[in-house]
Amino acid sequence: LTDHVNSIEAGVIELLAHRVPADTRVTAESRIVGDLGLDSVAVLDFIQDVEDRFDLSIPLERVAEVQTIGELSVAIQTLKRADR
Amino acid sequence: MALLSKFDDMRAALQALAAGGRNPFDVRFEKIVSATEAVLDGRSCLLFGTNNYLGLTFDESCIAASERSLRAGGTGTTGSRIANGTYGDHVLLEQRIAEFYGKRAAMIFTTGYQANLGLISTLAGRDDHLLIDADSHASIYDACKLSAAEVIRFRHNDADDLARRLRRLQGSTGHCIIVTEGIFSMLGDSAKLREIASVKREMGATLVVDEAHSLGTRGQHGRGVCEDAGVESDVDFVVGTFSKSLGAIGGFAVSDLPDFELLRTACRPYMFTASLPPAIVGSVTAALERIATDASLGERVRLNSGKLYRALAQEGFAVGPEPNPVVALKMPDKETAVRFWNRLLEQGVYANLALPPATPGSLSLIRCSISAAHSEAQINAALSIMTAVGRELGILDPERKTTAAQAAERVSA
Repeated sequence: LTDHVNSIEAGVIELLAHRVPADTRVTAESRIVGDLGLDSVAVLDFIQDVEDRFDLSIPLERVAEVQTIGELSVAIQTLKRADR
Repeated sequence: MALLSKFDDMRAALQALAAGGRNPFDVRFEKIVSATEAVLDGRSCLLFGTNNYLGLTFDESCIAASERSLRAGGTGTTGSRIANGTYGDHVLLEQRIAEFYGKRAAMIFTTGYQANLGLISTLAGRDDHLLIDADSHASIYDACKLSAAEVIRFRHNDADDLARRLRRLQGSTGHCIIVTEGIFSMLGDSAKLREIASVKREMGATLVVDEAHSLGTRGQHGRGVCEDAGVESDVDFVVGTFSKSLGAIGGFAVSDLPDFELLRTACRPYMFTASLPPAIVGSVTAALERIATDASLGERVRLNSGKLYRALAQEGFAVGPEPNPVVALKMPDKETAVRFWNRLLEQGVYANLALPPATPGSLSLIRCSISAAHSEAQINAALSIMTAVGRELGILDPERKTTAAQAAERVSA
């Protein structure tokens, strides 16, 4: 399962690379709002990329709960298991 | 830490904006002369950013009706309808709106913002799912926050994406409620309502359409993009505002739902705020009558919008995707947008500066709204000032100019 989360994390970080400046270091601990220079709309656009990549919908209230890339990856894994 | 230190970033951004000239969020007109003209710093200023689509704010019949209602009913209702009671004119206006849309019932709200906030948050309960267009207005997002339902965004104007998200919800409990808009407020693009209504039918969902920018400006009878798209029977709730085409303030929702009246005692943004004052109810009722009986208002705003949109495109501006009473000019960056906006105002044209995160796709925009009341001379004056500023700032693209000219030729051929 840890492997699974790690691969989700890698996918999420890869998607972020298109949206943040080239020299930004992104890790599982990076806070999505705050560390990466994305405004609220840019965060939601990034979430759409994530939804397309993993073929799921992440409800807005879930988005509000997650702070880091790691937490987002766990949320994706949970939603995938629920087949959403 | 100071109480408002959470807004430090915002303070810095506002200071940076104001350093480029004026504070774009604090423009103070000395006098509003007409629906299309004001006085700013002692000079005349053309209004191209006030959503006064039909120019009814100074309409004689609306002002006379408002004065009569003010005299008859007083300056305010001093409370909500459930506490202080309903005035006869509230009921009359609701009947007129329902008749205008050919729906069973209407409910009026004190602002358009509250109409979305109230309707959407009340319709969607704990087990339900709200599916909203990603480019939805802030009032729709805030309604979602107030609702106990699960909230899912679908890609802007993408019926396939909406269908995929609805399919993922199959088998879950609760209703699926789709929310979109007629015309989107920033880029002025229309919702693809035929496709969205078809997904709605196929998946058995409920559909809410906010026609804030399209009431009176679209549809043969002024009933918006739903009328234009021929999907009125598929739309379960139309929401709208009195503050744009109807020239006042307030909002409404209409529906054929048999139990619609129940919402009056369930909808908090309806129950716990003062109802619309008589002067507003009077002018709105008269303005609705104007729209219902004078198709030339809608025709004129469409003509004016199309003219300015095409002319700006032909000058080489990057405009929004289609001509509508909202015409957006895409700026290459925020700094250019701020300079453009200030230069326009210095030369006597007021438009809106729209910056991220209030815009889709992190775009920096100059957002113009066009009115049926704009004269040909006013449109030409605005066009020539915008073009001169565009040239001065070096943002007119000759390639776009050619493309627009070719497109215009294809249309006329």
